[in-house]
Amino acid sequence: MSEIVLDRLNVWFGEGADRVDAVKGASFTVPSGASFGLVGESGSGKSTILRALVGLVPTWSGRMKVDGVALGRKRPRGFYRDVQMVFQDPYASLHPRHSVDAMLSETLKLHGFRDIDARIVKLLDDVGLGPQFRFRYPHQLSGGQRQRVAIARALAPEPSVLLLDEPTSALDVSVQAEVLNLLTDLRAARGLTYLMVSHNLAVVSHMCEEVAVMQNGEIVEVMSVEDMRAMAPSHPYTSRLLEASMGYRPAG
Amino acid sequence: MSRTSQDRQTWRQWLLTDTPTSRAHARAVAAYNGWLRLRANHMAMLGLYILLALLLVALLAPWLAPHDPLAQDLANRLQPLGTPGHPLGTDSLGRDILSRMIYGARITLYIVTLVALIAPIVGLLVGTVAGYAGGWTDAILMRVTDIFLAFPRLVLALAFVAALGTGIENAVLAISITAWPPYARIARAETLTFRNSDFIAAIRLQGARPLRIITRHIWPLCLSSLIIRVTLDMAGIILAAAGLGFLGLGAQPPSPEWGAMVAEGRKFILDHWWVSTMPGLAIFTVSLAFNLLGDGMRDVLDPREGKSG
Repeated sequence: MSEIVLDRLNVWFGEGADRVDAVKGASFTVPSGASFGLVGESGSGKSTILRALVGLVPTWSGRMKVDGVALGRKRPRGFYRDVQMVFQDPYASLHPRHSVDAMLSETLKLHGFRDIDARIVKLLDDVGLGPQFRFRYPHQLSGGQRQRVAIARALAPEPSVLLLDEPTSALDVSVQAEVLNLLTDLRAARGLTYLMVSHNLAVVSHMCEEVAVMQNGEIVEVMSVEDMRAMAPSHPYTSRLLEASMGYRPAG
Repeated sequence: MSRTSQDRQTWRQWLLTDTPTSRAHARAVAAYNGWLRLRANHMAMLGLYILLALLLVALLAPWLAPHDPLAQDLANRLQPLGTPGHPLGTDSLGRDILSRMIYGARITLYIVTLVALIAPIVGLLVGTVAGYAGGWTDAILMRVTDIFLAFPRLVLALAFVAALGTGIENAVLAISITAWPPYARIARAETLTFRNSDFIAAIRLQGARPLRIITRHIWPLCLSSLIIRVTLDMAGIILAAAGLGFLGLGAQPPSPEWGAMVAEGRKFILDHWWVSTMPGLAIFTVSLAFNLLGDGMRDVLDPREGKSG
């Protein structure tokens, strides 16, 4: 059971004249076990919602609930065992001086696991990496392999919610499909709840059941993927976004 | 039987394998690869050899030195180079310069080691805490750093020695106190570049506390620039110790500290140049060795450089 509820969430950066409202009054509910997509153009506040959820942005108001528990300024210790995040750029999200083994064992240690060695082998296997990758450093891995390591790290505490911040946008197209399939398989195997940010509508319609469309920090529409595939949006911005995703059309 | 050569072969393969089998094995492989990279850098190896020789000389000083470094012989004062019994000549009190330099290696190593341990660690601590915490902590720590930076180094060291009393230990302490601010500045600047990066956010999402993030995740990334700075500072540290000695506040007169020897020979530099020049050459050689080794160490400590691209 790991429902995510956002109720009139506002997130801002800076104070006074420099204040920028990144998210304005965002409300949606992700049912437990569902996969929910957040789409919109760059700067529309998609990633900011994820960062506010995990406590990386301290300046927010409104209400956020995960698993029925309202979130405050500080996340309780057990929070990160339930909610984990995969970052957009696997070249930036892995510590350049830590081997895969060091990264995973530190994560496992922080969450109080004992059988660390067995778990590392299992985690690497789960994300499709062989044991030969265990003692590699990030610079010895390709982009897709790095993102698999990042996913393994997020899975290490055995969370029930995975927040995915454009997990494939920094990868080659061929690798994108691999990582998306891996995420789909992991969700089926572990019954995870996904909250996924993307600007790629094809990725979202492949991965998610419901989609929220964001523009300038506001959620303009929440629709099911079926409606999106049927090109039946109710908001003009959504129809423009969908049209744009169909690719270039010559004029006239 | 070629058993030994076969053993050595597998041993080498074990150390160079791409797929270590355990954590200890991975560490051994990393260490061996680091050693191979250092060994490939001839200049760094030259620096290492010079410093090892210095260490050996310092350890074996009582057996290597031909004379007592403190024994005066006024009849034989200011003998030139190549004098029988005194290959590097004698100083103004007839003491053997070679013996004094050999014993001086101990003092020099002592000062350099202590300062090189204290100053960068204090600087690293202050700089990374300031950079990571930000806000008031940053403002207070960096203003304190600015105050220390605003004083000329030797003047500040003089003030500290005057307050603490003379002697090598206090000189070391005074030099360390004046040497840490630049390290703090570098460490803070480096910290600011990573503090908002995704890999720091990622470890925060595992529930890591600031202390762990700073020591385990930020320190390793600041090390290489600090090591460069330390090796560049070595010459300055030796000279600052010499300066204090010259002013009568560091190593005290009979002590064969290299900087003090240079200062002492200054009076005769025109007629008896070797009295200053020989310890000066020693300082120069050691400083150069530290620089060469430091440059090589930086390459070794950065796992991004080296074997696979």
